[in-house]
Amino acid sequence: MAPANLRLLEPTPLANAFPGPAGAERPHITIRGLCKRFQGVTIYDQFDLDVPRGKFVSVFGPNGCGKSTLINMIAGLIPCDAGEILFDGKTLAQTKIGYVFQNYREALFPWLSAFANIEYPLKLMGVGKAERREKVQALVDHMGVKIDLALYPYEMSGGQQQLVSIMRALVVDPEVLFLDEPFSALDYEMNLFMREQLQRLFVETGTTMVLVSHDLEEAVYLADYVLLLSRRPGRIADYPCVPMPRPRDGQTLSDPAFVALKGHCLDIFQREVRR
Amino acid sequence: MNRENPLLSLLPFVGVVGLILVWYIGVWIRIVDPVLLPTPHSTAAALWKGMMGGTLYHDFLRTVSRTLIAIALAAATAIPLGILLGANERLYRSVEFIIEFFRSTPASALFPLFLVIFGVGDKTKIYVAAFGAALVILFNVAYGVMNARKTRILAAKVMGASRWVIMRDVVLWESMPQTFVGLRNGVSLALVIVVVAEMFIGSVDGLGHRVFEAQQLFEMPDMYAAIFAAGALGYGLNVILLRIEKRFIHWSGK
Repeated sequence: MAPANLRLLEPTPLANAFPGPAGAERPHITIRGLCKRFQGVTIYDQFDLDVPRGKFVSVFGPNGCGKSTLINMIAGLIPCDAGEILFDGKTLAQTKIGYVFQNYREALFPWLSAFANIEYPLKLMGVGKAERREKVQALVDHMGVKIDLALYPYEMSGGQQQLVSIMRALVVDPEVLFLDEPFSALDYEMNLFMREQLQRLFVETGTTMVLVSHDLEEAVYLADYVLLLSRRPGRIADYPCVPMPRPRDGQTLSDPAFVALKGHCLDIFQREVRR
Repeated sequence: MNRENPLLSLLPFVGVVGLILVWYIGVWIRIVDPVLLPTPHSTAAALWKGMMGGTLYHDFLRTVSRTLIAIALAAATAIPLGILLGANERLYRSVEFIIEFFRSTPASALFPLFLVIFGVGDKTKIYVAAFGAALVILFNVAYGVMNARKTRILAAKVMGASRWVIMRDVVLWESMPQTFVGLRNGVSLALVIVVVAEMFIGSVDGLGHRVFEAQQLFEMPDMYAAIFAAGALGYGLNVILLRIEKRFIHWSGK
């Protein structure tokens, strides 16, 4: 007998009539009719998606299905061929977003100290020096980070560098934070630690977050909703809710409901891989 | 100092001592005519005397100033041009062949041409050296700009930086390590060209002139002294540039 809250997890019909997760609140990001072809291969064709406001959405799917392509198009890093992406009805240009890259080594500016890296987006926005210092300090205090921010990125460990990247993305109070496999270059211990940091930040800030992950456990653990993508051309294979209460911890990982949900996602994933 | 064994820090001197020993042995067994190969100590004496207020010191300074002026001219033209070309890859591709061609042309082959245009004065020596160095710097700067890390550019873009701001805040910095590679190569090349140019007819000073004249007059210790002075100059310029690079381009290679 499956627990009652797992009924949501039954694969939903893929009519794309309702591209958001079942029972979700007002969408924050709405994507309609998204098309993307790359070197003659159709990656998305008339793709629709809703990302609910203030929720954590993990994107998971087969290799090369366009997980990163999807968030890169939403974040404006690569153009889409057709379609509309709106943030609460606004365009990207009118929206403050943050983006955390997988390769922190190549995303941070090595000629700037960690502190200068974090305040850089504020500088771009024309925020004055005193206010920038204040904002960065407030964020540092808030996160309880014990890193010497006078160091240059290359003097730091991988985890510390990625924390600096996350702070750089968060310092502008973005409406949406995108994370593209942010912890995949870190070892497992650091990965677990960073998950906790990210979860805490999510709970405290309530920022809408979209995470691309290739680690199913990480994806489900952090998510309110898991967006399971099909093989390309990308469709929503499933979009289940993860109802486990927050803050989640090590116990959550062995919670039968969590395990069942992860198993369900794995089934969908394998079905898509075999297609 | 090496912590395991303090003697290990003396390793770099082994080769120097070895060379001097071989040199003495060569002189002692008369491997060549003693007129052609003076002893190390007589060469050292000539170097000391020449550099302490002798003509060698004057020639040394002339070569330094020509090389520095040449490199300054080269950097002042090639760096901005390299940035411009690197930022417009199509523009670079359209002139790439010309740059590659003249970069591969020995600059010394252009010397007679520059002599005709600028006469036998200082200008010719400096301009040929600047021309050779400029192409090396240009090539490196342009590639530094073109090979700026995509992720860093995207990171700035997603933060809302305009094309111009990305250029100023990211690409310029990204190209700096490569620019320094160009500068170091350029300085070496400029020194080579200046010294060769100083050997030409019409030269009255400079290390090249000194070497050539000492050879003509069969003043072998002076000739060796001038060669070592030129070597020290090349080595010194490289060390200075490496120091500057380490200090300001601290992230290079990390």
